[in-house]
Amino acid sequence: MKSFAALFNAIDRTTRTKEKTAALTAYLREVPDTEKLWTVALFTGRRPRRAVTTTQLREWAAERAGLPLWLLEESYPIVGDLAETIALILPPPGRATDLPLSHWIAQLQRLHDLPPEARKDQILDAWDQLDATERLLFNKLITGGFRIGVSQKLMTRAIAAALGRDEAEIALRLMGKWRADTTTWHALIEAEDAEADASRPYPFYLAYQLDAVPEDLGPPGDWQAEWKWDGIRGQLVLRGGTHHLWSRGEELMTERFPEFARALDFLPDGTVLDGEVLAWDNGPLPFGTLQKRIGRKTVPKKLLAEAPVVLVAYDLLEHEGRDMRTDPLSTRRAALDDLLDQTPAEAPLRLSRPIAFDTWQALAEIRAMARDERAEGVMLKRLDSPYLSGRKKGDWWKWKLDPLTVDAVMIYAQQGHGRRANLFTDFTFAVWSGNELVPFTKAYSGLTDEEFRQITAWVRKNTQQRFGPVRQVKPHHVFEIAFEGIHASPRHKSGIALRFPRMSRWRRDKPLAEANTLDDLKALLATYE
Amino acid sequence: MADKVLCFTDRGIYCPAGDFHIDPWHPVDRALITHGHADHARPGHARYLATQAAAPVLRHRLGAITLDTICFGERRKIGGATVSFHPAGHVPGSAQIRVEVGGEVWVASGDYKLENDGLSEPFEPVRCHSFITECTFGLPVFTWVPQAQVSAELNAWWRDSVAADRTPVLGAYSLGKAQRLLAMLDAEIGPILTHGAVETTTQVLRDQGLPLPRTHHVTPDLDLKEFPGALVVAPPAALGSDWMRRFGAVSTGFASGWMRMRGVRRRRAADRGFVVSDHADWPALNRAIAETCAENIYTTHGYTDIFARWLREQGYNASVVPTEFGSDDAEDGTV
Repeated sequence: MKSFAALFNAIDRTTRTKEKTAALTAYLREVPDTEKLWTVALFTGRRPRRAVTTTQLREWAAERAGLPLWLLEESYPIVGDLAETIALILPPPGRATDLPLSHWIAQLQRLHDLPPEARKDQILDAWDQLDATERLLFNKLITGGFRIGVSQKLMTRAIAAALGRDEAEIALRLMGKWRADTTTWHALIEAEDAEADASRPYPFYLAYQLDAVPEDLGPPGDWQAEWKWDGIRGQLVLRGGTHHLWSRGEELMTERFPEFARALDFLPDGTVLDGEVLAWDNGPLPFGTLQKRIGRKTVPKKLLAEAPVVLVAYDLLEHEGRDMRTDPLSTRRAALDDLLDQTPAEAPLRLSRPIAFDTWQALAEIRAMARDERAEGVMLKRLDSPYLSGRKKGDWWKWKLDPLTVDAVMIYAQQGHGRRANLFTDFTFAVWSGNELVPFTKAYSGLTDEEFRQITAWVRKNTQQRFGPVRQVKPHHVFEIAFEGIHASPRHKSGIALRFPRMSRWRRDKPLAEANTLDDLKALLATYE
Repeated sequence: MADKVLCFTDRGIYCPAGDFHIDPWHPVDRALITHGHADHARPGHARYLATQAAAPVLRHRLGAITLDTICFGERRKIGGATVSFHPAGHVPGSAQIRVEVGGEVWVASGDYKLENDGLSEPFEPVRCHSFITECTFGLPVFTWVPQAQVSAELNAWWRDSVAADRTPVLGAYSLGKAQRLLAMLDAEIGPILTHGAVETTTQVLRDQGLPLPRTHHVTPDLDLKEFPGALVVAPPAALGSDWMRRFGAVSTGFASGWMRMRGVRRRRAADRGFVVSDHADWPALNRAIAETCAENIYTTHGYTDIFARWLREQGYNASVVPTEFGSDDAEDGTV
């Protein structure tokens, strides 16, 4: 565990991507294959099956430290991470060992076969032979969530560098639903004849936000425009008579959207589509309708009828079993058009049709109407561009509408977690309804570190009441809240819910009384839902 | 009911029998000051009383004040109260203040730590009936490693940074923390450069006879090429500022008890965090309180609610100092 802990420290203490990559590359060259496999698995969010609950961990740690449980519970929100809190309160280890990461994982997996008391003994024994960093990592193996600033891209780059292999190939191999306990490093990364997993998606190509004017992109004729749909990005993989739907976060969504089983009836085997999952009924339904489907593992029939989904496809990554990604977009689109033009309306598939335009000015006018199409703006893609992986500048741009905004009053504040522990970063905002302030949204982002520090000091001095971790503060500060959409929501007291709310400005110039009203929000709802 | 020996007012801790305040944050007639940090020694009081060892820094920071000094352990009558100052081990010259009225003894701790840092007069437990304790780090997650171990980490970072062609820049508050770090550095590795704010306070303490290594004040005409392999000590506010550009590629370090928490370490966005605090950690707070033999404990500065609850469970009569002590945003204070 010492080499894994040293890697963690090296990565955790720097914000420089280059240094992180170098540390990971050196580590991958050094350690045995089982260690590599588990390291990559953990950094991609794959962890061993949980054998003890976090409640048990808390109780055992408090007992071992000789502290009342409430004191651990009070410390946790301040530290912002349970695994770390436990690592910090435990007494120093009684002995030192250096067993590999894979040993500890195997140990955790064996816990399933043991009675609860024996599990506790094993955990206490582990804590007694690990130093502070190792304990944190050991606890993380149980609680999950290795958020240490190692992106998929960074890891791909480090593996490619350590092995002298092509980055794109490594990226492809890391996708999909492999598990560290059922594969080997060799099979996952090295094997030349590894049978391509039928479910494996391609790494998504992500667009950059267009902050400049489109005129800077050159002649309009080089570009394809289409609506920027407000749904869930998805990749539909049809191979070997099976279908798999992947999210951009590499999450398998197949079960959640059973509609796509029928895609096999309309498209040939060896087809991979990139597109947007949207709730659809002769056109896109509001995002709120799609939201009813998100987070539901199984879908009742009624909901299936109320909120049917389709994939609005905008790219063809694999055609007749051939990887199309190096072909220019114009070629891929032509093939995509051919495929989807013949599908009937009952198919869960639609084509994201290009928007015709001659000049950037004309496109700007069309973009201004995006909300009428329930779109967030337009996408611009260079017609001769290949399908790249990850977020790369140059060929794909999202040209979003300016967000909607309201001026709202901060009424509750709560401390953040992790990097933002000990700072007040999570706020609830309200608008006026007569003389009353009605809460309507939370927001967590948009301020600078310095602004968060200032508001934190203010919150501490202006707390009126505490409800557990939540503080009610004096209504005083007005913030401009920016958001991408608004829809009716019976679950909220205000009756509305926002899409992607964030603090866009701290309106120190604005008196409390001049914040927006609930009627203003209702007017926005009427206009934009 | 007779007045208490010390009570808590909107100006700070007040002694009715002696008509004086301890570390008040609004102007008063007579102020007893535990140490020179800005949240304890504020301007505007008519008369100040502090230890001889704290006096030079107070004069340096507050200018022409009416300052009377006292030796550690010396007893002095002020009205109906007898006061004495006892080492708090927080920074050089820092004191706990003992107040006795009619046989009842109260002690206001100011800020304190138990570990001997080699510069500050080591903490001395004082028996009392009531103890007003800070608890900046009053949570069991805060435990410090011995100073020698952090010294080794600091010096290794200095060497590694120089080997990687980066200038190490260490952020530290200019009174106390900066000098403690200077004393922890191995001057054999290279020269030590200082920001003006650190240099002036260091010189004040050096003039008092504290054993501090040689430092070079970074001025616009200082030729940095003459100081290869140097380490820079600067106030935290200078980290990431224009002032730092002159050093080219740097590796930044920050030393504070808050560096014990990964979230804070990452938010500081320094390359390295060193866990060095001039406040007592959890075990030390508990030990210090036990050694006072006090029955009544008042908690202030920090995790006051949680710490008081813990103390009550340990059998003390503990409560939170009822007034808002200025800013309790200790993370950005001098810790």
